[in-house]
Amino acid sequence: MANEEQKTPLLDQLEEGRWPSFVKEIKKAAAKNKKAEALLGQLELSYTEKKVHWKHGGIVGVKGYGGGVIGRYSDLPEQFPDAAEFHTIRVNQPAGWFYTTEALRKLCDIWEKYGSGLTNFHGTTGDAILLGIDTDKLQACFDELAEAGFDLGGSGSDLRTPSCCVGPARCEFACFDTLDVCHEITMEFQNELHRPMWPYKFKIKIAGCPNDCVASIARADLSVIGTWRDAIRVDQEEVRAYVESGFDIQGMVVDKCPKKAVKFNAETREIFIDNETCTRCMHCINEMPKALRVGKEGGATLLIGAKAPIVKSAFMSWVIIPFMEMKPPYTELKDFVRTITDWWDENGKTRERIGETIYRLGMPKFLRDTGIKPVPQMVTAPRANPYYFWYPEEVK
Amino acid sequence: MARTDFGPPHYSTLIPDIIKENYGKWLYHEQIRPGVLKHVSETGAELYTVRVGSPRLASIDFIREICEIADKYSKGHLRFTSRHNIEFLLDDQELVEPLLQELAQRGLPVGGTGHSVSNIVHTQGWVHCHSSATDASGLVKSLMDGLYDYFVENKLPNMVRIAVACCLNMCGAVHCSDIAIVGIHRKPPRIDHEKVSKVSEIPSVIQSCPTGAIKPNPKLKSVDVNPDKCMYCGNCYTVCPAMPIADPENDGVAIFVGGKVSNARTAPKFSRLAIPYLPNNPPRWTETVEAVKHLLEVYAKNALPGERYGEWIERIGWERFFKLTGLPFTEKHIDDFIFAPTTFRTTTQFNW
Ligand code: SF4
Ligand code: SF4
Repeated sequence: MANEEQKTPLLDQLEEGRWPSFVKEIKKAAAKNKKAEALLGQLELSYTEKKVHWKHGGIVGVKGYGGGVIGRYSDLPEQFPDAAEFHTIRVNQPAGWFYTTEALRKLCDIWEKYGSGLTNFHGTTGDAILLGIDTDKLQACFDELAEAGFDLGGSGSDLRTPSCCVGPARCEFACFDTLDVCHEITMEFQNELHRPMWPYKFKIKIAGCPNDCVASIARADLSVIGTWRDAIRVDQEEVRAYVESGFDIQGMVVDKCPKKAVKFNAETREIFIDNETCTRCMHCINEMPKALRVGKEGGATLLIGAKAPIVKSAFMSWVIIPFMEMKPPYTELKDFVRTITDWWDENGKTRERIGETIYRLGMPKFLRDTGIKPVPQMVTAPRANPYYFWYPEEVK
Repeated sequence: MARTDFGPPHYSTLIPDIIKENYGKWLYHEQIRPGVLKHVSETGAELYTVRVGSPRLASIDFIREICEIADKYSKGHLRFTSRHNIEFLLDDQELVEPLLQELAQRGLPVGGTGHSVSNIVHTQGWVHCHSSATDASGLVKSLMDGLYDYFVENKLPNMVRIAVACCLNMCGAVHCSDIAIVGIHRKPPRIDHEKVSKVSEIPSVIQSCPTGAIKPNPKLKSVDVNPDKCMYCGNCYTVCPAMPIADPENDGVAIFVGGKVSNARTAPKFSRLAIPYLPNNPPRWTETVEAVKHLLEVYAKNALPGERYGEWIERIGWERFFKLTGLPFTEKHIDDFIFAPTTFRTTTQFNW
């Protein structure tokens, strides 16, 4: 089917080099599919003109859903008729991004039948992305996806597809079951995930430990980050083994502990951790995973508000609940999500992320309205100014 | 009507047996070579992970190819990472070497673990996004070709997370990366007065502007942009398609450095501006690739073992960062947006 006439001299240069080439991928798809071929042509034009050729998304979707499909139209439909409609389907990924080849092949077969044959594994939000389908094929494509067990993810002003790190599936640092929480939260909030009805998007990202492999603190409106309440577990035999292997405990661990909470006795070759001073930053555990382990009393810190710069500056998430036990069926967490999103839904302006609403109205108001008790863990320091409010019931 | 709201497939139906048996029981891990991890369980079981770089934008042929590999070596199971890498999960050490050989034959790079540059997280760019100021896939392909050795080897003081966002929306935590590359515009949007009120609500357009640069123009039933206040974020264009901001002559990229999301040792940090503008130069973005390589090499040469990019800068000071990299410090580096005063120095402690 490939059009012999279509020349892509600029993109062709991106087939060179040692890293896997996305141009080769588009070409593979283009050999079998007209939409992918049209994309190649339009992209070459973008490379020539240094300008994007996609229009604003219009509203498209499948029955019963408000989100999950993103409309995408070419601004050159006459020149590239096959790319005139090139919508995205967001497929809710399995927790931890685990797949069987059987499941992946099913996705491929369906996508071969209805779409361009191009995908993202994965999009930055976490979903498996199917890239490029016509409006009139959306419903049939989704019906078959549903048949195969694949539901849509979120898009628009709704709960975006939650995602999580690999957690207890393959990581010894996980302080709770990130995959289970991710799956349970996704199931609990199906309605909020699929029907945009909030001021703006809301992201939940779940990381098993403070290393935060899903970058939740930077981009999730609700960041769930694993931590523990008791002591770091130390295996002194393994500490000695590290010493014997020539590992520089003093330099790499003791000196680098941000709280100076690690002591090393060179004579007995033992490590001591002052757990009251330790802030559970993970450094020593990352460096000596065979000798040190996270505590037994695991749970999560909940932080809210992270977002990228648009509109009014970037935020990182703020500590709201220093510790929550993460025990199935996660009722406490689900209630918490309802409480804060209800508050935001009531108080937020259109296109305002929850962090911006809290910033605009003030953290004390947010805490007061939601009934969350202020604790020192929420701040790096108390305020330095005397400009605070008193409420009528607090004064005579 | 088809069923709805049934959710994603349950992970327990997709994870390999060795993970099912050792779920939550992992004791420790080691990197046995770059790109290959060994996890050991309390039960004594050993799991080998082989991490492979992917183009992210993949055809179904590619997905079928990795399925073929997974069937052969990892019992039909695999996973993807948050940085778009592919991981094959092996319960048999004997198969690691043959898998590595097969991956090499197929031209798939193994790496991205330990003190390396992992796969670059990125957005859609010209391939599929309406608001992009640069392409992401082509830029990332060019960067990873240039940084290939840093992916397959561990020759950096610590891991370096690079991310590319094709516009200031910065999808994907780009703003907290060791090296962040961001597509930027440099001129205010052009207004199609005829269309504004037809395609959008004027109050929303006015409200969308973070700097209050947009004023109503009742005569034309449209809006005006005060060019002195506009800092080209493109937010108005997202709300109103009649205010296009893409500009082939003036769009390009900016580079920010020193951010991170991990809490290890130091707190998570935002990336800070290093290079205010480099031109879009497709298909290879040579200036940008050179700049990133340079930023990486200066760090590799000067940082102490274990130091992340931002930690290194914090230790030596931004003064010395600009000296060591030879990058000019300009008025663009001094913040004038909402939280600007928090970045001004209020101590006499600084370096020459
Ligand atoms: S976890 Fe961090 S703060 Fe705690 S002892 Fe280890 S290095 Fe120090
Ligand atoms: S580009 Fe941004 S700053 Fe400029 S007018 Fe539009 S919204 Fe305002």
